[in-house]
Amino acid sequence: MKNELKGKVHRFGDNISTDLICPGKYFHLRSNIPELAKHTLEDADKDFIKKMEPGDFVVAAENFGCGSSREHAPIIIKESGVSAILAKSFARIFFRNAINIGLPVMECDTDNLSEGDELLIKPAEGLIKNITSGEEIKAAPLMAEMLDILNAGGLKEYVMKNK
Amino acid sequence: MEQNITEKIISAHAGKDVRAGDVVFVDVDWALVQDGTGPLTMDVINEMDKGVDMPSKKCIFLDHASPSSKFELSDSHNKLRENADKYGMDLNEVGYGICHQVMAEEKVSPGQLVVGADSHTCTAGAFGAFASGFGSTDIAVAMATGQIWIKVPSAIKVELTGKFTGTASAKDFILYLIGKLSAMGATYKTLEFTGEGVRNLSMESRLTICNMVIEAGAKNGIMEADDKTAEYIKHERPQQKKDYKIYKSDAGAEYEKELTINLSEITPQAALPHSVDNVKPVSEIDKKIDIDQAFIGTCTGGRMEDLRAAAEVVKGRKIKKGVRLIVTPASARIYKRAMKEGLLEIFMSAGAVIGTPGCGPCVGIQGGILGTGEKCVSTANRNFKGRMGCSDSYIYLASPATVAASALEGNITAAGEEK
Repeated sequence: MKNELKGKVHRFGDNISTDLICPGKYFHLRSNIPELAKHTLEDADKDFIKKMEPGDFVVAAENFGCGSSREHAPIIIKESGVSAILAKSFARIFFRNAINIGLPVMECDTDNLSEGDELLIKPAEGLIKNITSGEEIKAAPLMAEMLDILNAGGLKEYVMKNK
Repeated sequence: MEQNITEKIISAHAGKDVRAGDVVFVDVDWALVQDGTGPLTMDVINEMDKGVDMPSKKCIFLDHASPSSKFELSDSHNKLRENADKYGMDLNEVGYGICHQVMAEEKVSPGQLVVGADSHTCTAGAFGAFASGFGSTDIAVAMATGQIWIKVPSAIKVELTGKFTGTASAKDFILYLIGKLSAMGATYKTLEFTGEGVRNLSMESRLTICNMVIEAGAKNGIMEADDKTAEYIKHERPQQKKDYKIYKSDAGAEYEKELTINLSEITPQAALPHSVDNVKPVSEIDKKIDIDQAFIGTCTGGRMEDLRAAAEVVKGRKIKKGVRLIVTPASARIYKRAMKEGLLEIFMSAGAVIGTPGCGPCVGIQGGILGTGEKCVSTANRNFKGRMGCSDSYIYLASPATVAASALEGNITAAGEEK
């Protein structure tokens, strides 16, 4: 995991489901991640993939990633170049999946983060600096076990090293 | 130490006493994947190169694309078949049934710990087992090592009293509860159902209720096993010995919150687009919402009592012109029983189409995909935007009886209210 992440905010609301992130109509593309990633968050914002640049952040409100257990949801967000997801709360399986594939997820107050804001984030410390507004936000700390998995690059890598 | 049933089962599988908040590695009794999540699990298992622990208790289900609707999915199926063969894992073929239904019919016993790469793995909590959904990589680790890490959840106790009246059923109750709790009201938590109301419920109704706890964000739903659980197991698996362990919550166990619901007060409910917690009594829904499709099936609403309730409504009648009624039994076993009981005859005479056992159109893969602007009333568990096909389509969730009555009327109507 990188010590510092820098990018722009892409704003989403409450209850962004895994069906909005990774629609079932592309189920057959699950074995072709680069192709599937072209549809990341398509049903929540059809222009997301066109607008986003590598390193940018997905920022949402409550219950991000609710619904199915499909790990392809965080996988294609990561594949599309997003460096971290910030939300007021996450659905349980999505949160775990994101950590397991090495994508930082941060639970924090996102009310004052607006579309296009430039952020500097230190994920291990849970620090978020909004360069555009000057405000600093603190994220809920990750469990030690989760930080270990993120630092290894994901659960598979962690298990191969440790078990 | 006073513990609730979830803490007790996790303790037994962790080899030490745990309580809510503890993080522990546990032994798993069953781990499952389906054709959407399984290919990725197989990649991780092969890359880790640690083999598969107790492969006959690691189950692969070809249920989401059943049968396959695209060549890419056929290739995924073959990849799963090859890996099942390579490691000696339990393979459940296309048309055999939805993973959660087959787990109920053939595998899960009280007191066990079940994990699966499918969010509705929580269904098995109806047996008094700990059952929860995870992603592909977590399940790969569980399959390879026989263990998974979990944070012991805190619990919400839902005390049920009374029994259903009229055409109200398990689906109406769980929709009502999700509406009350919200889609994130139980995130990370256990929903523990207790009380005389649970004892009054059939095993099939208990499965329907535990199936949908994830829609309130819960980690697991659980109900203590009783005589009905034992009867169900004996009926479905005559060969199985009654050697399972039944856990019960201690009287002094701690709960984060407690609520009581009288099942006799539950009326037909529906969840409106595009959120499962957008719940209203059917009597308050605008009758002018014409539907294009009615779907009876899935791991929530495709069991025998669901089909019986729907057949009772449509028997000797015809569905509304312009409406498609699709009935997809949850497993091959149910399909055969429904055929024997004459239920399929009733549905087909009313104008319905019978689908192959599997997830069908619920996940938007095959068997009744929604087109632009279409509206569907369904016995499934999710109504997220785009889930059943076009992102401009609308899903209403309701009970089997309500879906059947709606197919006759052409709009969302509770059973008994149809003309």
